[in-house]
Amino acid sequence: MHTAQPHKHPNYLLIWLYLFLLTVAELGLAFELPISRNMKLILLLFLAVWKALLVALFFMHLKFERWNLRILAIVPLPLAAILILAVITEHIW
Amino acid sequence: MTHAAVAASAMRPPFPAERGVDVYNKKLGMWVFLGSEVMFFTALIGSYVILRFGAPGPWALPGKVLNIPVTAFNTFLLICSSVSMVKAYAAIANGDQKWLKIWFGLTILCGAGFVAVQAYEYTHLIHHGFLPSGYRDGSELAELAAANPVMYGQAVAGLYGSTFFTMTGFHGFHVTCGVISMLYLYVTRVLPGKYTKDDHAGVEVVGLYWHFVDLVWIILFTIVYLI
Repeated sequence: MHTAQPHKHPNYLLIWLYLFLLTVAELGLAFELPISRNMKLILLLFLAVWKALLVALFFMHLKFERWNLRILAIVPLPLAAILILAVITEHIW
Repeated sequence: MTHAAVAASAMRPPFPAERGVDVYNKKLGMWVFLGSEVMFFTALIGSYVILRFGAPGPWALPGKVLNIPVTAFNTFLLICSSVSMVKAYAAIANGDQKWLKIWFGLTILCGAGFVAVQAYEYTHLIHHGFLPSGYRDGSELAELAAANPVMYGQAVAGLYGSTFFTMTGFHGFHVTCGVISMLYLYVTRVLPGKYTKDDHAGVEVVGLYWHFVDLVWIILFTIVYLI
């Protein structure tokens, strides 16, 4: 049976190391770094998205899939972003 | 031409079937399912955001109520399980049965470890008085919150408890389902050596689900425990 698109497997242990180091960075940022709360919030979300992208691109192999499957995977994300932005700005209305 | 043949001919599409996304059905089905899961967790996170931003007081500071070292260890376990799952997939893609069994087994162990640590975390929190309804009267946490109402978010303890247990509980339920699914595949397919270099769809499909569960935890860990 045909499974994934043929591709050279990336260095998964290196991706694991990145994920580990980014998690350590998150913990350091959350509890040790003396910066403003808003800046902390932005940086923590940035690190979380970075880690999520590493998992999606390399572990879920989206980087190596055909463009039409990538679109299928990406389609819910704008809807999710709209929902989150709408509820964040809800108190303005 | 019979009536049935005429009806069948009328229902036939006027154009030949087009090639789809060029992946097998199980994998396509899993991706569509994961799309629906994105919206499920987005609804939970959206509810959390609106409750937290609209709350009448500040949330408890990170690390005051929740046990960050234990959860950080759990995050590490889940990351390890994700890499072991992808290594299992890479092993069988090369036809290596031995390493498929080892990596797949490790994934199940890490996943079960995550569930066990989460059960410990819940037990510990409830013992100290953190419930979905807030801080239990007379508990250690209630006393700390009375002494430091802002630091422990006393005014919004109910919202804090309900959102925390709902989000992490649903995630834990997904992890549990993943562990059970993998255990089933391990016993019925992996150990008997039924996956081959040319047919290992089950490993890839359950792997996609497992990585998604890891991905959701990465987001939840940040917004629930660190912010």
